[in-house]
Amino acid sequence: MNPLSVVARTVCNLFAWFLAVFGIYVIIHGHLTPGGGFQGGAVVATFMAFLLVAHGGKKMQSWVKKDIFTLMECGGLTLFITAGLLGMSNTFFFNFLAKAGGLFGSVVPMGPNPGALNTSGTIALMNLSVGLEVVGGLSMILLYMFSGAHPEESFGREEAGHDR
Amino acid sequence: MNWQDHLPALLLAVPLFGAFLAPLTTLGGKGLRNAWFIFVSSVFTLIAFLLWVRVGATGPAIYVMGGQGWNLALPSGLSIPVRILMEVDAFSAFMVLLSAVAALAGAIFSVNYMERFSGVEKFVALYFLMVTGMFGMEITGDFFNFFVFLEISSVASFGLVAFWRDRGEALEAAFKYMLVSTLGAMMVLVAVAFLYSRYNVVNMAALGKVIEWGMVEKTALVLFLTALAMKCGAVPMHMWMPDAYAEAPAGVTCALIAVSQASLYGLFRVCFTIYGSFMGSPMIPWVIIVLGVLSMFIGVSMAVIQKEVGRLIAYHSVSQVGYMLLGFGVGLLALGDARAMADYGFTALKGGVFHIVNYTMYKGLLFLAAGALYYATGSRNLNEMGGLARQLPKTMVLFMIAAAAIAGLPPFNGFVSKLLIYESSFAVHPILAVFAMVTSVLTLASFVKIFQTAFLGPELKKFKDVREVPGSMLAGMTVLACAILVLSLFPTWSLNHLVEPAAKALVDQASYIGAVFAAAATGGGL
Repeated sequence: MNPLSVVARTVCNLFAWFLAVFGIYVIIHGHLTPGGGFQGGAVVATFMAFLLVAHGGKKMQSWVKKDIFTLMECGGLTLFITAGLLGMSNTFFFNFLAKAGGLFGSVVPMGPNPGALNTSGTIALMNLSVGLEVVGGLSMILLYMFSGAHPEESFGREEAGHDR
Repeated sequence: MNWQDHLPALLLAVPLFGAFLAPLTTLGGKGLRNAWFIFVSSVFTLIAFLLWVRVGATGPAIYVMGGQGWNLALPSGLSIPVRILMEVDAFSAFMVLLSAVAALAGAIFSVNYMERFSGVEKFVALYFLMVTGMFGMEITGDFFNFFVFLEISSVASFGLVAFWRDRGEALEAAFKYMLVSTLGAMMVLVAVAFLYSRYNVVNMAALGKVIEWGMVEKTALVLFLTALAMKCGAVPMHMWMPDAYAEAPAGVTCALIAVSQASLYGLFRVCFTIYGSFMGSPMIPWVIIVLGVLSMFIGVSMAVIQKEVGRLIAYHSVSQVGYMLLGFGVGLLALGDARAMADYGFTALKGGVFHIVNYTMYKGLLFLAAGALYYATGSRNLNEMGGLARQLPKTMVLFMIAAAAIAGLPPFNGFVSKLLIYESSFAVHPILAVFAMVTSVLTLASFVKIFQTAFLGPELKKFKDVREVPGSMLAGMTVLACAILVLSLFPTWSLNHLVEPAAKALVDQASYIGAVFAAAATGGGL
């Protein structure tokens, strides 16, 4: 796929970052505001879609590899399940960070408040890991769909030995 | 705190962890990936075994995910359970054990079988996700999570069925399977929504306690019945089964069988544990019996005429599921009546439960053997095969064990479970037993056909260079063959220790419900 015009590319270069920032905001505030890891991750993945459409496949190929996204996906999921396993002294998925001080361990103040970010324990941690996983997964889906539509510009390793 | 209390959670955590790390293990090369595949499978099989032993010793186990304590089902004095609850009674533990064995065999088999293909790390990840979904369906204590796990196992298996995506047939099979599964899952979801809107609970035990017999409940029951019968391949909805089973890589099919048994488990959990007290009317049991008889007969008559090994065996799955439905239908018919239960109902249930484990073992082995034939010869067509007994002697022996077991030849386990089903269905109506026997004869006929065409006859020139299949494939098949031999040679032991507790747990609605509420009464972890 060819890159779009210089106007489109410039606008993309400028505004794609806002998408990324907004997506990360949604992920980080997952336990306070509507949205969360999945929704925020999906927003961040549109950043990749923007770049892919505006700059074309060749440019993207020089910027990213599929393996990075595999790593993000596996890393996020492993973090998620580890957060669950660490609560095992009580039960699987026990929220051992909540109200314990330290990371995400503050107590939510009573009454109306602007939202305390450092609360909710493992829920926040799991939002982050789901966010990471969804960014990796959806970006990978985008790249696979792209290489399906444009077999000549593929990312990463080729398949071997399939059954025909 | 006893670490064994955590077994239900570990059963889900281990395959999940295995799935998430699988793509990373490929960085260490093929050896590490294969070692991870076998290691994680062995660990979850061990956990399943320990869970089975524990449930057999101490009765139904519950587990509250994320709770203050593992048995705190009703926190802060609530009257209904709110957290994600796992509940394992003897029937669940039995299902988990046999699914784990089938999944282990499939995993060991796949190591060599999938060797020459790329993307195996994703195959491993999907395989473990499918196993997680399957275990989840079998041990979950609430209906919404049943739906979630059903979706996890289905979505993972779409990917696995379509793994050889260069084959148009595989894509078609996966697409068909996806349509059927999604439809089924949505029906389950709507049924759950019906029950939730009526009672505000999704917990199975709590639902079984409060449920009454009305229009909403009947609608939900019909939806559950249709969806789960569809997922386990009963006859009018069986068309996805031969395609998906024949096109998936053999190791996957072996585990897919256990997945379809998990749907069957869901069906019986709904009928016995939730609706058990309303089964006095013969309507629902007869629907299940008729579905069973139709599946048996139509499945087997479709199978006899097939030319492809995989499809032939897959049509037999339809007919074997029919036996289980027949057994459980007869058991369900006798549920309201203590005398009928003692006379023939419990025998039928034992037959059904025993047939589940037998079926999973020998059908898994048959598919693995079909995969081995395909691996060795590169052909799926029976008409092109012949004289392979010379080249594949070990595969032949393993195939023979499975074929004799499925045909119900006397020393083998298929004979025992079929006999129990014949005896008990005869008490309901002789025609049912006649159908079951005719099906059994046709089953024998079609396996004689495979055996004769593939293994016997003169040596064919084009198969001169065919070698015996590699070690891991033989090992995977041997796991299942050993299970069949143990079940065959010790039928009394299997009936008393494996089957009877499971069948008892199925009819014992009170102890399933009691386990959740009793744990709360003793105070839980707080």
